[in-house]
Amino acid sequence: MTIHTLSVLVENKPGVLARVSGLFSRRGFNIDSLAVGETENPDVSRITIVVNAESSPLEQVTKQLNKLVNVLKIVELDPTTSVARELLLVKVRADRNARGQVLETVNLFRARVVDVAADTLTVEATGTPDKLDALLRDLEPFGIKEMVQSGLVAIGRGSRAITAGPALRAA
Amino acid sequence: MTRPTPETLAHSARRARTAAEAPGDADHTRAASPAVPATRPAPAQVSGAGSLVRSLEALGVDVVFGIPGGAILPAYDPLYDSTVRHILVRHEQGAGHAATGYAQATGRVGVCIATSGPGATNLVTPIADAYMDSVPLVAITGQVARPSIGTDAFQEADIQGITLPITKHNFLVQEASEIPRVLAEAFHLASTGRPGPVLVDIPKDVLQAPTTFAWPPALDLPGYRPTLHPHGKQIREAARLINGARRPVLYVGGGVLKAGATEGLRRLAELTGIPVVTTLMALGAFPDSHQQHLGMPGMHGTVAAVYGLQKADLIVALGARFDDRVTGKLDSFAPDATVVHADIDPAEIGKNRHADVPIVGDARHVIDELVAAVTAERAAGRTADITDWWTQLDDLRERYPLGYEEPSDGTLSPQYVIKRLGEIAGPDAIYVAGVGQHQMWASQFISYEKPQTWLNSGGLGTMGYAVPAAMGAKVGRPDTVVWAIDGDGCFQMTNQELATCALEGIPVKIALINNGNLGMVRQWQTLFYGERYSNTDLGTHKHRIPDFVKLAEALGCVGLRCETVEDVDRTIEMAMSINDAPVVIDFVVGKDAMVWPMVAAGTSNDEIMFARGVRPAFDEDDL
Repeated sequence: MTIHTLSVLVENKPGVLARVSGLFSRRGFNIDSLAVGETENPDVSRITIVVNAESSPLEQVTKQLNKLVNVLKIVELDPTTSVARELLLVKVRADRNARGQVLETVNLFRARVVDVAADTLTVEATGTPDKLDALLRDLEPFGIKEMVQSGLVAIGRGSRAITAGPALRAA
Repeated sequence: MTRPTPETLAHSARRARTAAEAPGDADHTRAASPAVPATRPAPAQVSGAGSLVRSLEALGVDVVFGIPGGAILPAYDPLYDSTVRHILVRHEQGAGHAATGYAQATGRVGVCIATSGPGATNLVTPIADAYMDSVPLVAITGQVARPSIGTDAFQEADIQGITLPITKHNFLVQEASEIPRVLAEAFHLASTGRPGPVLVDIPKDVLQAPTTFAWPPALDLPGYRPTLHPHGKQIREAARLINGARRPVLYVGGGVLKAGATEGLRRLAELTGIPVVTTLMALGAFPDSHQQHLGMPGMHGTVAAVYGLQKADLIVALGARFDDRVTGKLDSFAPDATVVHADIDPAEIGKNRHADVPIVGDARHVIDELVAAVTAERAAGRTADITDWWTQLDDLRERYPLGYEEPSDGTLSPQYVIKRLGEIAGPDAIYVAGVGQHQMWASQFISYEKPQTWLNSGGLGTMGYAVPAAMGAKVGRPDTVVWAIDGDGCFQMTNQELATCALEGIPVKIALINNGNLGMVRQWQTLFYGERYSNTDLGTHKHRIPDFVKLAEALGCVGLRCETVEDVDRTIEMAMSINDAPVVIDFVVGKDAMVWPMVAAGTSNDEIMFARGVRPAFDEDDL
C-alpha cells in the first residue's frame, strides 16, 4: 500500500463532497485525510484527499471520480514535486515548572503559542505530516490535553497551475 | 363481465380535454427534438409546475408513467392539459420499470414521476435496475417544501441522498427558474455517453412558485465530456491484433445495442470471419441464426461460447464489462487471451480484467473505425488463418448444442413452451423476461435476430421487471407484438400493472411459466443444498393460489391456461389473435426442469457442466 495525494477540482455546489466521499466508502477505500476549500475561482472548490491504496484500485477510484458530473479535474500530486502541509492545534499541559521546556520545543519546531492559560499552552504548527508527528512526539511527555489537525493541503511546485484549462474557466 | 374498451378509454378522455383547451394555450405544441426546437416559444409566465410540464413537452416527451401525491400534486395540474400522455400506474416500481421498458424498446429516454417519501423510495429498485443496465431514464420526484426539508416532515425522504450511488447524476432543484435547465441537463446526461438514470427532485414550493419559462436553456455541465471518438493509434493496434490472432472472439455487450452499432458489427464480423458471442444484454445485436454466432457466454451460456472465450488468444470486447456472470472465476478466465477492450465508460476498462489495448469511445465509432483499419491491414496482405479455430468451435457446437430433456413425469416442459412461443411470435416480436429460470430459457430457446427485441433485467436481476417493462415497451412501440415471459414468482411481485394495461389500452401478452416454485433458487437447492427446498415452493401448484386465470380476469385481461403439450400452439395462437386486451397464459409446467449448461457461481469457466454430471470433453491437444 502506498500513500497517494489526490487534488480533486469540483464545482462549488451543495452535496458534491457527499458524492466524492461516498464513492470512496462505496468502493472500499479509507480516506486518511480530507481538506476542502475554495480556489481562486469561487465556482470551483478543491478537495485534497490522502488515501492509502494500491495503484490499480486507486486508478479505478480515480476513473469513477471522473465520472461524477460535478468533478472537473483530478490530479495526483507527486510528493517530490509538490508542497504539502497540515495545520495542528494542540493544548499542552505547561505549569510554571514545565513552561520553559515546552516553549523551547515550540521554538525548535518554529511553532507558535496562540493561547495561554494558567496550566496549559495552546500551540499552532504547520508543516508536513512528518514534522507535525515529530512535534507531537516531543510534546507528548508534558501531557497533551487536546489536539485537532486539519487535512493535508498540497500544491505542485513550479509555475504551472492545475486549475488552468477550458473546463475550469467555464465553471 | 364488462371489460372497459381499453384503446378508447384513455384517448377519449384526452380528446375531450383537448377540445376544452383555451385558445391561448396554442403554444403548448411539442417541439420535435430538444436540440432543435420546432418553435421557440416566447418566454411565458408560469408556475414551477408549468415550467416542468412545458420543459417535458419541449424535450419531445410523449409519455410519462407515474402516480400523483401530495408533494408532486402541483405538477399534475398543468399535466392535465398537456400533450404529454400520463399513464397512471398502480405502484411506483411499475412506473420505473415501464419507463425502462419504453427506453429499451425505443432507444428514447423513459420518464417516470412519483411523489415525495414513499413514492420516491418505491422508485429506488427500478432506478438501481436502470443504473446497472445503463438505461436512459429520468425520474421526477416531488419533495416537501424547502422550509420543511430536514425536519422529518410528513412524506419526507432524502431521495437525492438515497439515490446517489444508483444514479448517473441527480438534482435537487432549488429555484423554479432552474427547472428548464435542470430538465434539459437531466435528459442530456441520461441519453448521452454511457446512458443511465437521472433523478430530479423538486420541492413542492418550487413547483408552486411563479417563474418564467424560456426555451431552450443553456446547459451548464463543465465536468461532463464523454469521449465518443476512439484514439486512432489504439484502433490500428486493435486491427493489427485482429488480423494476427489465431483464436479470436468478438465479445459483444449491451453497449453495441445502445450505440446502434449492430450494422457495423455485422460488417466487422463478416469482414474478419471471427466468431461472435453476445451477452445477455446484447441478444439481438447479432443475429442468432448467423453462422458466426456462437451464442451467449457466461453462467448459462452455450458450451461453444464459454469455451470460445476461455481458450481465445484474442478477445475483442465491444461495449461489454467482463461481468462475473460472464467470466466465472476471474483469475482463471481466458488465461491466454490478449484483450482489446472498447467501452464508452473509461472506468469499465481494466476494472475486472486488464486491457492490453484500451479503447474509449462510442461503439458505433469504434466499430466503424475498426472496419476501416482492418480493411487497410488486409489490403496490405496481413491476415491469419483461423480455420483450425472454427473446426474446434464447430465440433463443440455440434456435440454440445442447446437442448433439454422432456420431463419424465409427463409434465409440460417449460423450454418447449418458450421455444414454441419464439417460433410462433417470430423475430419481429419483443420479448421481455423477468429473472430466473424462465429468463435463461428465454435467452436460450428464442432466436433473436433484431436489435431491441429482447428486454430483461441483466445486472440487478430484478424479479418483477417483466410485466411493467412489457407495458412500457408496448406503449413505446404500439404496433409491435410484446410478450412478457415471466415466472410465477416474478409475476406475483408486479402483476398489478395489468390493471393499468387493461384500462390504458396496452394489450401486452404474458406467458406465465408457472412451475409453482422460485425455480432458479430451487435449482441451486437441488445442486448445492442437498435438495433441501427451504422456502421455494410458492404453493401455486399445490393450492392453485392464486388462480392466475381468475387473477388475469379480475385485472381486466383475458386469462388462458395451458397444461399439455397438445394445447401449447393453440393457446399461443389464441393469445396472438387477441389485440384489444392484455392476455395472460398460465402455462403450468413441471418444477424439476433445470437450466443447462451451467458454470456454478465462483467456479472457473473450465468447469462448465453441459448437463447434471456431464462435463464436455475438450480436446486440449487441439490447442
